[in-house]
Amino acid sequence: MEREQTDAVWLDDRMALSLAELARCSCLSEDELRELAAYGALVPNNPQEAEWTFSGEMVLTVQAAGRLRDDLELDPQALALTLTLIHRIRDLEAQLRGLRAQLPRRQP
Amino acid sequence: MKYKDYYQVLGVERDADADAIKKAYRKLAHKYHPDVSKDPSGEEKFKEIADAYQTLKDPDKRAAYDQLGRHQPGQDFQPPPDWGKQFGDTQFSFYDVDLADLFAGLAGGGQRAGRPGATFKMPGQDYEVTAHISLEDASRGTTVDLNLTVPEYDEHGRLHRVPRSFKARIPKGATDGQRLRLRGKGGKGAGGGPDGDLYLNIALHPHALYRVSGHDLYLDLPLTPWEAALGAVVEVPTLGGPVHLKVPPGTHAGQKLRLARRGLAKPGEGDGDLYAIAQIVVPTVLSERERALFKELADGSSFNPRGHFEQEMKNGTRAN
Repeated sequence: MEREQTDAVWLDDRMALSLAELARCSCLSEDELRELAAYGALVPNNPQEAEWTFSGEMVLTVQAAGRLRDDLELDPQALALTLTLIHRIRDLEAQLRGLRAQLPRRQP
Repeated sequence: MKYKDYYQVLGVERDADADAIKKAYRKLAHKYHPDVSKDPSGEEKFKEIADAYQTLKDPDKRAAYDQLGRHQPGQDFQPPPDWGKQFGDTQFSFYDVDLADLFAGLAGGGQRAGRPGATFKMPGQDYEVTAHISLEDASRGTTVDLNLTVPEYDEHGRLHRVPRSFKARIPKGATDGQRLRLRGKGGKGAGGGPDGDLYLNIALHPHALYRVSGHDLYLDLPLTPWEAALGAVVEVPTLGGPVHLKVPPGTHAGQKLRLARRGLAKPGEGDGDLYAIAQIVVPTVLSERERALFKELADGSSFNPRGHFEQEMKNGTRAN
């Protein structure tokens, strides 16, 4: 039987999501997302405009936020701090992976 | 259905009070939560911990769980007759659900998406799977077969685990740790709510030659001492086929030689670069002729790679 085929879409800066779409991805309310943005844990593409849009990468951030809120019962401020630290760890891990890739694999 | 000892999972006694259960859960959640834990099996462990807590923190669900009796973890068991009716109006097909499905579907646990007869819009659950693909497939794009087993309600309101299979087209430009979304491929929505999404994590298979950093690739390039000293044109494997690389005279070990746009394709436009890292390799077994030539080079050369040792030692002496 022929299997159904679906296109997967990158979650990156070529995707622009509204606040409502981001809320649906995360099970967080729009107010909670605004609060995270106020603490700097969530960055809109256009913070000066009334209708915010967000990069597809932010889907990962808000999903982690939703899980952390539900599973660890964190309040918005603790959630924002945790997300900021997680981002910093992810950045450092990416740098570490990049540096490790430059190390020779075989010793002559 | 396999039995799970939720008290054992949380490490509490069966008569533990709600506070002790909450404390035990929080301690374990801090350790194993997939967003903070580096334990490779953390996600699986956390799911078990969260399932246990969701059941034991709710007095009605805890009572229902206790009514299942005590069994060995992993042992097949059946709930007592009329157990489902006693604890709610949910009908179960016990053979193809797990314990977590059973308690998620119990009355008092909230309406679950996908259940027929829902009176309000509720989006379907999102799911997440990891697709392991090769560097070559990541670069040119590929199609992967996805096989999931997800909880779904049938037309009679009975919960089942059902297999779902489909193909997902991954566009070119994937790299390790990237995520994609397949819209509407998650759990079914309820009451006219949208179906959930499926998120795909990309994990690249380790490659025998290349190491990956973003969309750049790194390759060890072994060179003979004379190729490094005199320069050479050597053949280098790339994802697009072998190419000739000009190694400049005086190349030293660890030097990176860049092959522009020979890395992984990026999403949209452009490509990463390939970096060949020079390694100077000396023969471990020398023929008589090679030994004589090396000896001649040693006798005739004034090159001293450790010249700076002497200079630094002098500087150090002066400093003291």
